[in-house]
Amino acid sequence: MKPNTQQLNDLTIQVRRDILRMVHAVNSGHPGGSLGCTEFLVALYQNLMERKEGFDMDGIGEDLFFLSNGHISPVFYSVLARSGYFPVSELATFRLINSRLQGHPTTHDGLPGVRMASGSLGQGLSVAIGAAQAKKLNNDNHIIYSLHGDGELQEGQNWEAIMYASAKKVDNIIATVDLNGKQIDGSTDEVLNMGSIRAKFEAFDWEVLEIKEGNNIEAIIAGMTDAKSRTGKGKPVCVLLHTEMGNGVDFMMHTHAWHGKAPNDAQLEAALTQNYNTGGQSDY
Amino acid sequence: MKKYTNTGSKDTRSGFGAGMTELGQKNENVVALCADLIGSLKFDDFKKNHPERFFQIGIAEANMIGIAAGLTIGGKIPFTGTFANFSTGRVYDQIRQSVAYSEKNVKICASHAGLTLGEDGATHQILEDIGLMKMLPGMTVINTCDYNQTKAATLALADHHGPAYLRFGRPVVPNFMPADEPFVIGKAILLNEGTDVTIVATGHLVWEALIAAEALEAKGISAEVINIHTIKPLDEEAILKSLAKTKCIVTAEEHNILGGLGESVSRVLALHHPAPQEFVAVNDSFGESGTPEQLMEKYKLNNQAIVEAVERVIKRK
Repeated sequence: MKPNTQQLNDLTIQVRRDILRMVHAVNSGHPGGSLGCTEFLVALYQNLMERKEGFDMDGIGEDLFFLSNGHISPVFYSVLARSGYFPVSELATFRLINSRLQGHPTTHDGLPGVRMASGSLGQGLSVAIGAAQAKKLNNDNHIIYSLHGDGELQEGQNWEAIMYASAKKVDNIIATVDLNGKQIDGSTDEVLNMGSIRAKFEAFDWEVLEIKEGNNIEAIIAGMTDAKSRTGKGKPVCVLLHTEMGNGVDFMMHTHAWHGKAPNDAQLEAALTQNYNTGGQSDY
Repeated sequence: MKKYTNTGSKDTRSGFGAGMTELGQKNENVVALCADLIGSLKFDDFKKNHPERFFQIGIAEANMIGIAAGLTIGGKIPFTGTFANFSTGRVYDQIRQSVAYSEKNVKICASHAGLTLGEDGATHQILEDIGLMKMLPGMTVINTCDYNQTKAATLALADHHGPAYLRFGRPVVPNFMPADEPFVIGKAILLNEGTDVTIVATGHLVWEALIAAEALEAKGISAEVINIHTIKPLDEEAILKSLAKTKCIVTAEEHNILGGLGESVSRVLALHHPAPQEFVAVNDSFGESGTPEQLMEKYKLNNQAIVEAVERVIKRK
């Protein structure tokens, strides 16, 4: 049974609490982008993806997800734990010595749910395309999902991958771009204006659709279901997910300041107060 | 002791191509990726026989490495092929994060390594690749000496789980290793027994070491020649066993003196058996255009250079 919208929204609040508490505990990490993609990852793992019980690296017979912008590891770890890949209590080890929850995700320590290391930007789409082509070779009719930052598209390897995927008709992939318009040094327009990302993907012959309310669970599910219906038709699918960095915490929104900065004690308390009702779920 | 003779010169890259052709038939999980160099890497047969398992990536090596990493997820065994320069330096961070750190079973196969690439010059003649690759945790590094050994190494890599770098060359060189010689990753091959000096050679320098050993014999110097095809993990036992007898060593490689086989051997000596060592390697410089023979002579990477290094090292005993 898939969770209903209320349950997904409750889980979203719990994941936000996890993110805030994780980065606060170690006074480091990336809350802004994590909060912006919380609804997306909750919807993906709890509603959209066809997943098997447990975890094996090859992931044959299930949909797979690749996180390319690895710095939003807090949201990834929280959603993986809350989806049963590893104990929720392990979130308390985030960024600590000897933890499987490294600052950026890795397969190195055997954390279930993670299939590639990411952190050095721009590499995830190529890996996701490779996994998609492996699925085709294996006659596995499942989908590869990937997530990328918008600033991350400034890395050139993405455009090699984008060119390749359409030329080779890799049509079992849905690559989502987190379009929050912000990166470390400011807005993406200020740092390196990329013009129309939609026009660029379309020029590279991708199927492109936009989710305007990228922090609304129902809008995400509707948009991604639409995206799914466009797979298998000869073109790779790109979703432009319009999100708000720092979503759900008023003082973290509408700024790039919280890209890689942890809240202090008072800020954590204020942020948690804004994310109180988890529908009976508990903090780690 | 067996005498090694040239059974007919061939290029090492054709050995790779022959290995891929055989793997295509033997192992359905083997896939090949190429960045616009099918002919140079001798992928023609694999592509013809298994078009569904051959991926033409175009001139986009970073993407190729990432796609190879992704293909392992689902049980494929990807062999990537391009020139050594574009296989390593150009894509170092992709290999580091997506392959080595992610522990993916990708075989990075690199032709046209070193000076013997010849006329194309220094942009293409990478002399730093062994160093780059051996520094990556978990990476196996292999540099083969002839056609037969390159083919055998290619086959062996498909059965070895883990990231690996296979380095070979462009020119036609003597083929002298027996076709049925077992290829064991990490296990050196003793080619010539001797008592006065140990010559540890890799790649195209192995044949030169055998020629040098003959010239040294005529001068009354007994040289032991070891073929080190695997630079990482290094067969320390074979090196130390020989050194216990000869008390001095010469390393020979088509690579920068910094970061190559020679330094790996030095480390073994420093830890276990300090002894005189001389290096036949490129003295921290780039290459240039010229014929392979001219370049190997100018940069002192031939049998005469090995003989001179042996004479120097013996004096230091």
